[in-house]
Amino acid sequence: MPHDHSDHPHALLPPDPALRVKALETILTRKGLIDPAALDEIIDTYQNKIGPQNGARVVARAWSDPAFKAVLLADADPVLAELGYYGRQGEHMVVVENTPEQHNMVVCTLCSCYPWPLLGIPPGWYKSDAYRARAVREPRAVLLDFGVILPEGTRVRVWDSTAEVRYLVLPMRPEGSEGLSEDQLAELVTRDSMVGTGLPKSPPEAP
Amino acid sequence: MSRLHDMGGRFGDGPVRPDTPKAPVFAAEWHGRALAVTLACGALGQWNLDTSRHAREKLSPQDYTRFTYYEIWLAALADLLVQKGVLSEDDLAGQGSDAPHPLAEKCLHADAVAGVLARGGPATREGGPSPAFVEGQTVRTRHPGGNRLVNGGHTRLPTYATGAQGRILRLHGTHVLPDSSAHGLGEAPEPLYAVAFPAGELWSHPEHPEDEVVLDLWQSYLDPV
Repeated sequence: MPHDHSDHPHALLPPDPALRVKALETILTRKGLIDPAALDEIIDTYQNKIGPQNGARVVARAWSDPAFKAVLLADADPVLAELGYYGRQGEHMVVVENTPEQHNMVVCTLCSCYPWPLLGIPPGWYKSDAYRARAVREPRAVLLDFGVILPEGTRVRVWDSTAEVRYLVLPMRPEGSEGLSEDQLAELVTRDSMVGTGLPKSPPEAP
Repeated sequence: MSRLHDMGGRFGDGPVRPDTPKAPVFAAEWHGRALAVTLACGALGQWNLDTSRHAREKLSPQDYTRFTYYEIWLAALADLLVQKGVLSEDDLAGQGSDAPHPLAEKCLHADAVAGVLARGGPATREGGPSPAFVEGQTVRTRHPGGNRLVNGGHTRLPTYATGAQGRILRLHGTHVLPDSSAHGLGEAPEPLYAVAFPAGELWSHPEHPEDEVVLDLWQSYLDPV
């Protein structure tokens, strides 16, 4: 093998990634170091239980309840914990509000930091080299890749998640959403709108 | 002095390709498996988050480039398991023993998963130096960047933001210093700040003069202006 194993022991595993993870899982399971049922549980958690629906509930509540919104923007952790949205990769949350004057967008240029308890596992594009490299230098061009064009006069503030603080964007409440219930509002909140690469959906036309 | 993961501002990566609203959480089954094995091994308690980030960053540039995201995780995990003495190279090569492992008692079992994920691992600490900067104060990031404790070591000051002037937006409290923690040198907690930089301070051709980038930076990354 061409690799120096002492520096890169991973080269000892099969190169195909699916076989590689299978080999590692088998070795660790045989030694009693991991429990395959725990792996199933972790996957199920992030596939089915924890995802952007959590963040959407928080945003819908903030749109409906000004007192909740004020507390959320001032000190998010206690209120999020109360809602059960505390946990791994979301221990220190800051919520940043979009306004007509300022649009917020979140990236992690060094790795892929993302608020798991509120948004789940980050999508492929968030972890891509293109997003990590470009979001800080040309956020408006990146927004265009998402089909988003901001009004003239809106500043962009990009948050590069370089520490253990995780950011959630509070998008602007869509026009025409007056009178919608919290549940109906949550339907308008997209994952991308909470990362700042998208805008919430418009409410369905009245019949 | 740079590493490939430190890619903020880099040119040439092409368009960002958004997914569809119904895209699966894990694009391939092994992606979920790779994530889960990594989390489960973390529960053995032989390293911290900063160590595992550094393990990914210090893959050879050739590997970092040719590997996809979860392949980077897997390679770093295998390297760490050997580096920390959890597995031997013989184990990885499929020639190890199946004797019970001394760390087996720390194995994360299915019934403990929800609790472990919900508990998280806060990075805030008591003590450490007092905050040296106040909201609104002008600061400059140190230049050259890089880890000052370990040559080529882990740091969270991206190269694109070294030597730049910004202003303190807020104090996040006192957080574990990754430059130290990643290398087993102690948590060395320090005040952590959100610092705002005008785009024109970072880029020779900013898209818009009023745009800003905010980074979370530890006190020792910053000098007063």
